Amino acid sequence: MARLWRIALQAVCYAACAGLIGYFSLLPSYRPLPAGQAMVKLTIRHAGQPVAECRQRSPAELAALPPNMRVATQCARERSPVTVRLEWDGAPLYQAVLPPSGLSGDGAASDYRRFVVPAGMHRLRAELADSVREPRRVDRLAEEVRLEPGRVLVVDYRGEQGGWVFR
Amino acid sequence: MVREQALKALQRVEQGFDRLFGASLNPWRQLGALSFLFFWVVAGTGLVLFIFFDTSLTGAHRSVEALTRQWYWGGLMRSLHRYASDAMVLTMVLHLLREFLYGRYRGVRWFSWITGVPLLWLVFASGINGYWLVWDQLAHFIAVGTAEWLDWLPLFGGVMIRNFLTPESLSDRFFSLLVFLHVGIPLILLLMMWVHIQRISRPKTNPPRLLAGGTLAMLLVLSLALPAQSQLPADPLHLPEVLQLDWFYLYAFPLLYTLSPGGLWGLAAAGTALLGVLPWVGRRPPQPVAEVHLESCNGCGRCFEDCPYAAVVMQPRADGRPFQLQPVVNADLCAACGICAGACPSSTPFRSVASLATGIDMPQMPIDDLRERLEQALPRLAGEAKVVAWGCRHGVRAEDLAEPGVAGFDLLCAGMLPPSFVEYAVRHGADGVLLVGCAGGDCEFRLGCRWTEERMAAQREPHLRGTVPAERVRIAWVNDAGELRAELAAFRERLKTLQNASRSIAEPIVIRRERRHG
Repeated sequence: MARLWRIALQAVCYAACAGLIGYFSLLPSYRPLPAGQAMVKLTIRHAGQPVAECRQRSPAELAALPPNMRVATQCARERSPVTVRLEWDGAPLYQAVLPPSGLSGDGAASDYRRFVVPAGMHRLRAELADSVREPRRVDRLAEEVRLEPGRVLVVDYRGEQGGWVFR
Repeated sequence: MVREQALKALQRVEQGFDRLFGASLNPWRQLGALSFLFFWVVAGTGLVLFIFFDTSLTGAHRSVEALTRQWYWGGLMRSLHRYASDAMVLTMVLHLLREFLYGRYRGVRWFSWITGVPLLWLVFASGINGYWLVWDQLAHFIAVGTAEWLDWLPLFGGVMIRNFLTPESLSDRFFSLLVFLHVGIPLILLLMMWVHIQRISRPKTNPPRLLAGGTLAMLLVLSLALPAQSQLPADPLHLPEVLQLDWFYLYAFPLLYTLSPGGLWGLAAAGTALLGVLPWVGRRPPQPVAEVHLESCNGCGRCFEDCPYAAVVMQPRADGRPFQLQPVVNADLCAACGICAGACPSSTPFRSVASLATGIDMPQMPIDDLRERLEQALPRLAGEAKVVAWGCRHGVRAEDLAEPGVAGFDLLCAGMLPPSFVEYAVRHGADGVLLVGCAGGDCEFRLGCRWTEERMAAQREPHLRGTVPAERVRIAWVNDAGELRAELAAFRERLKTLQNASRSIAEPIVIRRERRHG
């Protein structure tokens, strides 16, 4: 009888262990977003314009260079920082000045942000300026967006596709 | 203080399981071996799943779903794969906590502890990587979380996340990479598990069959009762209202969004660093290690055979005596357990030399001292059922058995006792010998109890000679002082009934030995 009890209690231990594994492999549930909310993800990887214009080397400058390095046009490596601004229903949501990457500052600027926003109809405006030489040159996109709860709106800047993309 | 209280609580739990399962089948004492078992279950079921897995963007989720619908085979394999992985995390973490509470991370054990730390990272990396393969909403959520976490490091340049933001960012090649990682990381894990047990001899990597059977049956029932399911296919542009997280592996993702990627890195780095420095925090002064005395050693190799940490190696004889080999102790590996001294055939107290020099000895507790203390105690034993008890400093103390007619001695380990001491005690006035050690083979030095048992049963050299009646020797593997006192009382009662019959062999011998000096 005692042996049977022991076996039964062992089975209870195994069942408890199985219950523990089964429970925590699924529960408690996790809510990645509060109810009635959506998400905006801003992502940018963009190289700003060079900080200075290319210029032609003078004959004297060219002569001073080794023969294999005599390239007539000299361009600055350093890129302009990229200024990004997001407006949500007319109010500023995010603004940043993104420095170029790389030791010489000649790489692309990048950024990634996520914003939890209320679901519904909203007006989203995105701006990007990428030239210190032409500070008034700003790439903009403004759209009315309908976000149902749980929707993830990707706000991406793709220069090769003509600028801002709301997806 | 907290650790001591936690250890006491753990020991109470373990004692409860000892009563229920029997000490040798107690899962708490088999956590490392169970982790190995779960690994093999995961590896075996993973192989089956791999055959049917489609490594493409659209095929990954579909192929896993097809497997899942086949509940009696594919679905079962998937569920076993999942629950064995979860169980492995559970046993691994409990194994870590248990070794910490028992203080088994310092000194000679630093290597096993340190090599265990990367195992944690590898297990979690394998598991999280596995969840990506299903490519459902959960997979996408953790893919994004992982990318956000890794992108915090300058190494990744903050652009990994761009691979997961829109449906067209990914290609089928991504799943080839995932499968490569999901095979590669567990292979590295296996290699590190092998490294983890390198500094111990006879590592316990297989749980006892009954326990293994029960555990596998448990996984099987759980897999059938609660089959693992996928969530909806991944959709980068939609977050589900709720996610059913596997908290054994994915607890880090809610933490990521509660803290920040940098915060989670800080937490992970601090935890890893803490585990990494632990063996050197509050380190106790090192114990003197075993010393070889070649003048008393015939190179039999029993110390080499019995050392639980492979700290004794046999090398060609260097002292010119006509033996082939001699033992050499690696001080870095020696745990100072004295099991080698208990294995040495020269450690017999019957030798007539005044100073008992043995082939391999512990400076802090020489075999000669053991004999001297025994010889001093034996004449003082009075009354009926005189008992000599040998225990171990790390378990229930035999020296605390302070009652008339009982002499208790605590050794460095129960396995330090040469079996000839048992015969010596019986021949010199003791009615019985009680050998005390930790229950369930949970010896501080791993093999002390096992070797003691085998030596007493004449299954291992040096063995207890048959001239000592079996009923005069009792082994008590206990973890509780009350249990030990009960064992002692029962043993003494038994001895009283044997008193008359046993006198013939236990006739006291007067010890006459002249001390020779110089």
